[in-house]
Amino acid sequence: MTTVKDSADTLGPDENTVDDLSSADTVDTPERPAAPPPVRRRTSATTPQDRWVALGCAVSATLLTWFVMHELLTSPGWLADLVVAYLLYLAMLYLVTRDRLGHLAATDRLVSAVVVSGAAGLLVPLLFLLGYIVTKGLPSLRLAFFTHDMSSVAPTDPATATGGLHAIVGTLEQTALALVFVVPLGVLTAVFLNETRSRFRRPVRIFVDAMSGLPSVVAGLFVYAALILPPVQSGFSGFMATLALTMIMLPTVTRTVDVVLRLVPDGLREASLALGASRARTVWSVVLPTARTGVSTAIILGIARVVGETAPLLFTSFGSLSMNYNPFGDPQESLPRFVYRYIKEPLASAQERGYIGALVLILLIFALFALTRLIGRQRWSSRRTKPRSDR
Amino acid sequence: MLGILASVTVTTPAPDASPPEPLAIADVPSRADRAFRRVTTGAGLSVLGLLVVIGFFLVYRSVPAFRISGFGFFSTIQFDAASGQLGVLGLIYGTIVVALIAVAFAVPLSILAALFISDYASGRMRGFLTGLVDLLAAIPSLLYGLWGFSFLRPYITPLSEWMTSNLGWFPLFATKPGAVLFNSMFVAGLVVSLMVIPITTSVIREVFTQTPAGEKEAALALGSTRWGMVRTVVLPFGRGGIVGGSMLGLGRALGETIAVSLLLPQVPVVTSHLLEFGGATISGFIANNAGMSGIGLNGLMAAGLVLFVFTLATNFTASVIISRSRSGVGVDA
Repeated sequence: MTTVKDSADTLGPDENTVDDLSSADTVDTPERPAAPPPVRRRTSATTPQDRWVALGCAVSATLLTWFVMHELLTSPGWLADLVVAYLLYLAMLYLVTRDRLGHLAATDRLVSAVVVSGAAGLLVPLLFLLGYIVTKGLPSLRLAFFTHDMSSVAPTDPATATGGLHAIVGTLEQTALALVFVVPLGVLTAVFLNETRSRFRRPVRIFVDAMSGLPSVVAGLFVYAALILPPVQSGFSGFMATLALTMIMLPTVTRTVDVVLRLVPDGLREASLALGASRARTVWSVVLPTARTGVSTAIILGIARVVGETAPLLFTSFGSLSMNYNPFGDPQESLPRFVYRYIKEPLASAQERGYIGALVLILLIFALFALTRLIGRQRWSSRRTKPRSDR
Repeated sequence: MLGILASVTVTTPAPDASPPEPLAIADVPSRADRAFRRVTTGAGLSVLGLLVVIGFFLVYRSVPAFRISGFGFFSTIQFDAASGQLGVLGLIYGTIVVALIAVAFAVPLSILAALFISDYASGRMRGFLTGLVDLLAAIPSLLYGLWGFSFLRPYITPLSEWMTSNLGWFPLFATKPGAVLFNSMFVAGLVVSLMVIPITTSVIREVFTQTPAGEKEAALALGSTRWGMVRTVVLPFGRGGIVGGSMLGLGRALGETIAVSLLLPQVPVVTSHLLEFGGATISGFIANNAGMSGIGLNGLMAAGLVLFVFTLATNFTASVIISRSRSGVGVDA
């Protein structure tokens, strides 16, 4: 634990103290004026001086890097420059802050800088990823992508002629069918885990956890070997993909709904039961309505989980170039399958087709995500207190 | 509550009337309750049954492969269905190496990002970043794989060259002279780490934000800096979450398919030269051999079973570690 004595370093310079270097001393000095003016302490972590120090360190680190790496040595690349400049910046920041405020504050600033750059390291890949897919996909995206399929498009046609309607229809049908299985089963299982006192709850919870570890490719392989190969021999179809997707989606939805139901206050349940409602009535009229937004979020997260799932489709829906509205017979295309098909081809125009599909897929995920945010925001506005009618 | 109470007092009959007949308290469930119990139990048991069927079927279909190769299944590197030589050692090795590289890159970055979200960012920034991490976790691995395959790969090759020429004394970075350095397990591990980061970050952040505010404030009130507070309160509290989140990330990295199938040549090999062309993982190998039939398919099933057991073991260890730790109560990861 840090001792009280250290606090002199850590309180930080006051906004109003102009002579910043001695502020650490002022805190501890016993001979203060009898009635100090009511100074409002700023609790914010940084002061203008701190920002100037950070800026100065950054500038001098950049210049020093440029001098050393380009004037004295030959730089191996921009990545090396970046690493050297970053390390120099950290060292300078530490030394300057230690000179100003002591080693405790210096360590604190150093760690803050590292943490901030770590968070930036999380943000940068996403922005790169988004920018890359948009810049690659957008120039060739035409309205025709949403109106026709690939059966009339020759492999040598330009990427602007790409049609993806068959893939979009396949994705929508397979996901919707998976929802038909997953939503009732997942919600009921979560209710079973939370609202009953059955002795099977523990094994079921363990098995749901285990199932969420099922690799998606194994789910596809299972459907392929169990239903598509000879003993049953039902052939590739969108429905087979639905079955594989169900296995992947079910544990996600069940676990999320389980967490959401756990958040429903026990007082509500007890009130309902005390008023004489049965357990079924309590779940139907109290627990599920209270958790409604959470349940819909769970379902949308489940959709987002499977809508880009590619590996099981290779074994189940197989994919095709032409439109197939019937998910129960014949191979069916879907967006991830579409992307995977074209991205593996060496031809540049084929790869561009893949990027268009990826762009549409990412837009779909974004739309789903915006939907969860929207539902989450409406949490309190829709629950209005009913006017009392018994008077 | 008060309203109900008030209305009850209003409608109470005159005090001289005889007290109302006490209702019999019965523990016998009503018919609706019994139906409810049956339906929910049925749903729960059907999930249980589904997994049992999957597991049983995987075992059943892998038996021929185990029978042909015996214990050699786990000690043979090559997987060649045409010659009847089935082995999974090279695949297991590649799977574990790629997953470990991914986790080694992902975990430090995740800890930093989680710390930033929980203790450094301001209120609005925190909400934005939390949503961003969830969004990152929802982006399909196909898109990460696509990006790593076509954008990132050319940039990593010079890095590999630099590493092998300057750090080649370290056995893992050594390469044979003149070896090709693209499509290596190192590249695959880096791309997989991108997919793992959102998941580990979100678990670790969840644990960090549950640090009792009182303890943090106590540390600050005793005069510690923010780093002192993080070091003495947040990190010890979140240790279980860090380990558990890393294990969950490892589980995800083990099962990662599409990126690996795009990046690796999928030729099973056991080598310490991680920067060189080559390598295969179980899931990528299965995806690249989708059309296999006969004994080869049995071999793939057996490999899938091995992968399933691996992910199961890591996920269970993760959840045990998380729930045993002080911070893990109520965290569902």
